[in-house]
Amino acid sequence: MIINGETVTLTTTCSLGQFVDKRKYRRDRIAVELNGQILSKDNYDSTTLRDDDIIEIVQFIGGG
Amino acid sequence: MEIQLNGKTLHTQCKTLFQLKHNQNCSENTVIILNGFQISSDMPLHENDQLFFISKDHMPSEEYLEDMMAARHTPGVHSKLKQGKVAIAGLGGLGSAIAIMLARIGVGQLLLVDFDTVEPSNLNRQSYYLSHLGMKKVDAMKHQLANINPFIQVETVYTKVSSENVCPLFKEYDVICEAFDDPKAKAMLVNTALEKLTDIKIVASSGMAGYFSSNAIITTRKFSRLFLCGDMQNESKQGSGLMAPRVQICAGHQANMTLRLLLGITEA
Repeated sequence: MIINGETVTLTTTCSLGQFVDKRKYRRDRIAVELNGQILSKDNYDSTTLRDDDIIEIVQFIGGG
Repeated sequence: MEIQLNGKTLHTQCKTLFQLKHNQNCSENTVIILNGFQISSDMPLHENDQLFFISKDHMPSEEYLEDMMAARHTPGVHSKLKQGKVAIAGLGGLGSAIAIMLARIGVGQLLLVDFDTVEPSNLNRQSYYLSHLGMKKVDAMKHQLANINPFIQVETVYTKVSSENVCPLFKEYDVICEAFDDPKAKAMLVNTALEKLTDIKIVASSGMAGYFSSNAIITTRKFSRLFLCGDMQNESKQGSGLMAPRVQICAGHQANMTLRLLLGITEA
């Protein structure tokens, strides 16, 4: 799958929720687009990543 | 031939700018703007030229003021911006600067949403004056915008944006400029608006603290409807505060991306 423009190969089945936790993203500061659609936070744990997925993850930082 | 002079149709026999300037009894202290560009030398006139003679000596009548203010806009652009509806979420360093820029370019309908009042530590980077201290930011900004461009509609809502009020607040708008300070609030707005408002576009911000290189601040199209401005790494924290220059650079990126979206351009 492609995550933030980078090809990622996973050896085990993994949910989007597990992936963002493993990569130390902070769930309350991110937004995720899966194959061109915003992914609701409620669906992070029930969404299984697939080989042909294109995923964009944005983590916001403070200041404005 | 027929041209537009100061926003009104004019039939003229004059062949050049200076002939017409003389013919209209304009003083030497007149600014000439032809098709959105200031001109100082004579040149031929063409059918349908959009021409402004603006006297520096006196305040124009209200009848002419709006057209004269729009004289520097590229022809065709102003009419599209006048139809534009943009919401600005947060009126701190980013939002106050974005609001002023969008008012200057003549975006027809602005919504300002903020829950805060102006206090002294805001003045290091936010577009307010000492005379605004203690005022709601939405009121202080509405007052400034009325003095910059009285020909646009400005709505204000004094409230904190939450996942519950995103829909009612923003559903009528084309673009939301996310201009919050708190990263959780940024993420909440982006997630909620993209999930619930199917046509809206968001121009958000992330990373503009300190005095790092100006050139690190960029605009990227992150999602199909999310555009992100900032350096993506310099958050405001102890020892790295927010300062006017980089905050305004980021605000400039957001305002320009918003302008591009209103003109139908979706490339960052």
